[in-house]
Amino acid sequence: MSFKDTFLNGEQGAFKPDGLTPMQKLALRFVVVGVLYYGLASIEGMIMRAYEITPIPGFDAEHFFAILTAHPLVGIFGSSYSIVFGAFLFLVPFLMNKPLWSIKMGNWSFVLVAVGTITFWGSAFVSHYAPLYTLYWPLPADFSQFSDIGGAVFILGIALVMVGTILFVINIFKTIAYTPEGAEKVNGRAMLASATGFSWKESIFRSKKKRREHLVSLPVAAIARGTVDTALNALIITFTGVLILVYMVAHIMGFDLKDTAIDALLYKNWFWWGLDLIADGLVLIFVAGTWYLLATLITGKDLYMAKWARLALWVEMVVSWTVWSHHLLADQAQPVILKVVSGEFVTAFELITQGLAFFITLITLWSARPLKMTNPLKFLLGGLTGFGLAVPAGIIQADLGLNRILHNTQWIIGPHVHVAILVGLTMTLFSAVYYLLPILTNGAKLYSQKLADFHFWAHIIGGVGMGAFMGMAGMKGMLRRTIYYEGEYNIYMILAGLSGALILLAFLAFLYNVIMTLGVNGLIGIFMPSKLKTKDLLPPEE
Amino acid sequence: MVDSTIVLNGQTIAYTIYAIVVLIFMAWFAVKITSSGKAGVLSNKLFAVLVILLTIMGVSLHIATSNTIPWVKYDLHKSAHTPDKTVSITVKDHEFILPENPLVINLEELVLFDVKSEDLTYGFGIFRADNTMVCQMQVVPGHKNELLWKFEKPGKYTIRSTEYSGPKGHQMILKDVLIVKE
Repeated sequence: MSFKDTFLNGEQGAFKPDGLTPMQKLALRFVVVGVLYYGLASIEGMIMRAYEITPIPGFDAEHFFAILTAHPLVGIFGSSYSIVFGAFLFLVPFLMNKPLWSIKMGNWSFVLVAVGTITFWGSAFVSHYAPLYTLYWPLPADFSQFSDIGGAVFILGIALVMVGTILFVINIFKTIAYTPEGAEKVNGRAMLASATGFSWKESIFRSKKKRREHLVSLPVAAIARGTVDTALNALIITFTGVLILVYMVAHIMGFDLKDTAIDALLYKNWFWWGLDLIADGLVLIFVAGTWYLLATLITGKDLYMAKWARLALWVEMVVSWTVWSHHLLADQAQPVILKVVSGEFVTAFELITQGLAFFITLITLWSARPLKMTNPLKFLLGGLTGFGLAVPAGIIQADLGLNRILHNTQWIIGPHVHVAILVGLTMTLFSAVYYLLPILTNGAKLYSQKLADFHFWAHIIGGVGMGAFMGMAGMKGMLRRTIYYEGEYNIYMILAGLSGALILLAFLAFLYNVIMTLGVNGLIGIFMPSKLKTKDLLPPEE
Repeated sequence: MVDSTIVLNGQTIAYTIYAIVVLIFMAWFAVKITSSGKAGVLSNKLFAVLVILLTIMGVSLHIATSNTIPWVKYDLHKSAHTPDKTVSITVKDHEFILPENPLVINLEELVLFDVKSEDLTYGFGIFRADNTMVCQMQVVPGHKNELLWKFEKPGKYTIRSTEYSGPKGHQMILKDVLIVKE
C-alpha cells in the first residue's frame, strides 16, 4: 500500500469501522479522546518546563499558573478517566459475559467528560482562572485575582466531568447487578456485596467446605472497589464546586459573601479527603486490578495468591478513606493524632497493599516463563517499575520529619507524582491499550513494531529521568507551584526538560503509529454511529 | 548536630540506591521471564515474609525519623518545649509583615515562629543562601500556625512563601531578612 492509502485507510486496510459494534465504538471513542488529552497535557507540561528554564516571551506568569491549574486536571480527567472509563465499560460486560446496562449512558459519560474537560481548559486559557486543583480556601473565590465569570465557567466544566463520572459509576454498578433479558435471575445486592468486598469474610474466615464462591471475578471486584472511590470523589468535588459556585454567582450579582464563613482548615481536610480518593484510592485500586487482569491474560495462568489479592484490594479501598492527612503534615493546626495515625501509619499501609499487588503480578508472570516480550508485557513491566519507584517516594514524604523539608518541593511532584502517573499509571494504561487494540478493532494490524518499541523506551527513560531530575532539584530546595527567574535550578530543569521532550516524542510516535494503523478514515469512522444494532460486545463471527 | 542538609543528603543516598536496585531488578526480571527455563514452585511462606517485610519497612521509617530528626519532637510534644524567643509575623495581601527587619536570632536559640494569615492560605519557608530549604509550614487563615525551630548554623536566611496563593504570590520572597548570630 502507498503511504497515502495507509494514512487514509490504515495498515493493509484491515480496520473497518463499519464492522464495529456500538460497544467497540464506545470504548474506542473514550480511548482516542483520552489519548488526545494526554497529548495536550504533555504539551502543557513541556511549556511549563521551558518556562522554568527561562520565561517564554508572550507568556506571562498568569498564563503559566492557568496552565498549571488545567494541566493535572486535563491529565487526570480528560486523559486517564477517559481511557479508564472506556476500558472498564467494555471490560466489565466482557468479563461478566453480559451486555453493558446502558450503552446510551456510556456515550453520555463520554460526551460529558470530553466536553467538560475542554470547557474548564478553555476557561483557564481565556480567563486565566488559576486556583490550582487544590482550591485552598478562599483562593477559588478570590476575585481580586480571578474573574468571577471565568471561574464559573471553569467550575461548570468540572461539573460536567463529574456528571459524566457519576453516570459511569451508575452504569458499572448496574451492569454488575442487573439480570439481562432472558437470563437466569441474579441477586443484585449479593453481586454488589461480592464486587465491593463486603462479603470478604465469607472467603477468608470460613473453612474450605463452608466457603462460598465469589460471585464476580477478581478484575471486576477491582473495578467495583475503585468505582466506590470514584463515586465518593465525584460527590466531594461536586459539592465543593457548588459551594464555590455560590460565591461566584453572588459576586456576579453584586454581593460579596464573607469567605470567613468557611473554615479554611476544615475545608482543606474535607477537600483533601475527597481529592485523595483519586491519588491514593481509585488509581491504586484500578491499577492493581489492571495488573492482575493483564498478568492472567498474558500468561493464561491463575493469579498467584488470588484470595489475598482480593482482600488487599478491599484493604486498599478502606485505607484510601483514611489517609488524607498526609497532605496536611505541614499544617501546624492539624491535630497531631491525625498527622501520626492517618498521615504516617495508615499511609504506610499503601506500601503493603501496593507492594503485594506488585509482588503478586510479578510471581504470576514468573510462573509462566518463558514469555514472549509483547507490547502489553513490556508496558506492564514499565507500569510496575513506575509504582515500584513512586510508592516508596510517597511513603518517605508522608513522614513528619521529612515532610518539614519536602512539602511542596519538586520532590513531591517529580519522583512521586510524575513517576506514579507518567510511568506507573500511563504505562499500565498503554499496556491495556496495546492488548485491547486488536479486540476493539476486529484485528487491525499494528503499523510499526519499531515505533511501538521506540514508544516504550523513550517513555520509560523520559519518565524516570524527568522524575529523577525534578527530585534532585527538590532536594536542593526547589519549590513546586512557583517560578524561578534567576536560573537557580537551570541544570536540573534543562535535564528534566530533555527527559520531558523524550516523553513527548514517545507520544508522537505512538500517535503516528495509531493513525497509520487505523487510518484517518478509520478514526473518523469511530465517531460515526454504528451500523450494527446489537448490544453484544463483539460482532458475530462470519 | 543533625540539620536539614544532613537529613536530605541521607535521604538522597538511600533513595538513589533503592531506585537503582529497583531498575536493575526489573531489567533482570524482564530478561529472565523471556529466557528459556521453568519457574519453580513458590512457597506461600514467601508471601507471608513479604507482608512482614513491607510492614516493618513502612513503620520503621517513622520510628527511625522520630528518634533521629530533632524537629519531630517539637511537633509531637510542642507544649513540652518553651521557646527562648517568639517571632510574630502577619501575612496579608501577598506580603509578609515582620516585627523587625532584619529578624535577629541567636544560634541554638529555640524560636517560635507564630505566623498569621489575614486572607489566603500561604506558606512560610526559611531558606539558606544557596536556596536549600531549612524548614517550612503552611499558613492557614483563621488558625494558629506555629513552628518551633532551632538554628544550627549562623548566617543570613531568606523567607519565602512555600504555598501557591494565586499569581500574585510567587514573588513573596524576603531575601536575607533573617540573621542567625553566633
